[in-house]
Amino acid sequence: MLYLKLAWRNIWRNKRRTFITMGSIVMAVVLASVMAAMQQGQYTQMIDNTVGSFSGHIQVQAPGYQDEPTLENSLEVDTSLLHQLSENQDILAIVPRIESFALAAGLQKTKAGMVIGIDVEAEQDLSKPNEKIIEGSYFTSNTDPGTLVAEGLADYLELSVGDTLVLLSQGYQGLSAAGLFPVTGILKFGIPQMNNSILYLPLETAQQFYGVSGRLTSIALLTENPKKTDQVVSKIEKNLNPNLAVLGWQTLMPELVQAIQADWGSGLIVLMVLYMVVGFGILGTVLMMTAERRFEFGVMMAIGTSRARMAVMIVLEMLFIISLGTLLGFMISIPIIYYFNLNPIYFTGEMATVIEEYGMEPFIRFSTDPMVLYIQAEIVFVIALLVSLYPLLYMKRMEPVKAMRR
Amino acid sequence: MAIIEIHNITKVYNTDQVPVHALNGVDLNINEGEFTAIVGPSGSGKTTLLNIIGGLDKPTSGKVFINQTDMFALSGRKLIDFRLHHIGFVFQAYNLIPVLTAKENVAFILQMQGQPSRQCEEHALQLLEAVGLEDKVDKRPAELSGGQQQRVAVARALASKPDFVLADEPTANLDSASTNNLLDMMGSLNEREKITFIFSTHDQRVVERAKRVINLVDGKVESDEYR
Ligand SMILES: Nc1ncnc2c1ncn2[C@@H]1O[C@H](COP(=O)(O)OP(=O)(O)OP(=O)(O)O)[C@@H](O)[C@H]1O
Ligand SMILES: [Mg+2]
Repeated sequence: MLYLKLAWRNIWRNKRRTFITMGSIVMAVVLASVMAAMQQGQYTQMIDNTVGSFSGHIQVQAPGYQDEPTLENSLEVDTSLLHQLSENQDILAIVPRIESFALAAGLQKTKAGMVIGIDVEAEQDLSKPNEKIIEGSYFTSNTDPGTLVAEGLADYLELSVGDTLVLLSQGYQGLSAAGLFPVTGILKFGIPQMNNSILYLPLETAQQFYGVSGRLTSIALLTENPKKTDQVVSKIEKNLNPNLAVLGWQTLMPELVQAIQADWGSGLIVLMVLYMVVGFGILGTVLMMTAERRFEFGVMMAIGTSRARMAVMIVLEMLFIISLGTLLGFMISIPIIYYFNLNPIYFTGEMATVIEEYGMEPFIRFSTDPMVLYIQAEIVFVIALLVSLYPLLYMKRMEPVKAMRR
Repeated sequence: MAIIEIHNITKVYNTDQVPVHALNGVDLNINEGEFTAIVGPSGSGKTTLLNIIGGLDKPTSGKVFINQTDMFALSGRKLIDFRLHHIGFVFQAYNLIPVLTAKENVAFILQMQGQPSRQCEEHALQLLEAVGLEDKVDKRPAELSGGQQQRVAVARALASKPDFVLADEPTANLDSASTNNLLDMMGSLNEREKITFIFSTHDQRVVERAKRVINLVDGKVESDEYR
């Protein structure tokens, strides 16, 4: 109590300096947490836009499929497996698929395409082909004989609704696969790479084409919270046939994880520089404060105040300034973050077009993940520890007679 | 009985140029209840001697016993604690912690000694009354005159019930009225409570109030007389 009282009164001895020091902390905390909230918001969108609308948060596969995605590494559909997955409360959607490549041909040209055999019902929860149709119509059942072709591919092959597409490929166990499929619809994908290569077939039609009836290459799953994927993965694994691989989106899409990490890393560097400046500001304050009060410290030690007590007093002063600054910073940044969470920043004009082409929504919604604030608190705490070293060293060396000499 | 025994103290300051012999073999005994002035020309070693008696500075050679405790045999931490419990200090000026009131400054020592805070407050008030400042207990040092600040310093020095009080030129910054006032107060504490005071001074009027006068010249005791 005594030290708290002393420390509290001492920080208000030089109000201006305290306000300036606190102000710099407030500024850093606000800037850094708002920036982090924006970045985290973007990542959530990136994950939603890729994982949440194509690969799924989790996939169940045959063990070798991730490294060697061929039909030989497909898995047998097992109704008890599907039943088990549907019992799991964390799973929002179960989307079975058979994926492979095929040579697609129109009348004149041929091109490699990515064939995705889909469950007509379930797929509407994930890649939503029904919403991407710009011409024609969606499949009516899993045995529908038609195909849905991505716009870029259809243009290249000079196909339109009603025309027939030829597919040539290698099927399961070396069988050759060939088939004719009427184009029932044209799809538009935001991401050019997808728009130029994707072909959908109804699940059973695709299985028949590849000669893999009853087999799937993957079962994609959607979960409530992509950040908790790991927990859901291990939960599923516990009850599942050990001959199956359960992979989270981080494993399925290492490029996405890398992109996020790289961006977050560069953000952290900015953050470090910002906080380093603030840290030196605080250190400057400690230096001035101890220098100014040298005589007073000398008297205190002369009359019997131990070095430890003196150090505690100064560290408390620093902690007061630092934690008040941090709290104030949070008080300012939390409403800002919430505001931009509820009212995302929209891009307009060309910027918006470019972003939309990549299949992303043209706005930034700030993340309200408390992690954004924890990081600031952690960094500030480390700074506090570091600048506390100075008073400790100072008090360790202090001799009252020397301190009191004028 | 001697509460302070000083045995053949020397102090050499190793400065950049030549070593300065501040004390050259001082032997002294100070008894309980004394009211002692240490006098001498500037640079004669008064401050050095008081700092050594107070355990603030180590002698180059020689020993100091406070009530049979060899003070410089104590480790750093124990020495600070020893000062807290056995020695009262009054410095020339700026003795007090500026952010604490008179009462809190006095109670500070008591709190560090670990007394319960209610008791600290009561005791602090009694001490401030003893130095005639009962109406200034809630004032901060900046709101007190130099003389009043020195009296608070005396009250604080007494708070720990020390074996003796050291005061290096306690009146140097005071006008003559305040000087008289402070000395009256110290004198009466010495008379009534048998508090041992050792103070240094340049001021002839202060010297006249002392019961024992030790005259230092060039770091040696030139004369030592009781009155
Ligand atoms: N830290 C130091 N380093 C070097 N020399 C010192 C130091 N402290 C004191 N001295 C020297 O030691 C001698 C004694 O100094 P001291 O301060 O004890 O004298 P004093 O009697 O208190 O003088 P004054 O009346 O001016 O206060 C002086 O020559 C002084 O210059
Ligand atoms: Mg002196």
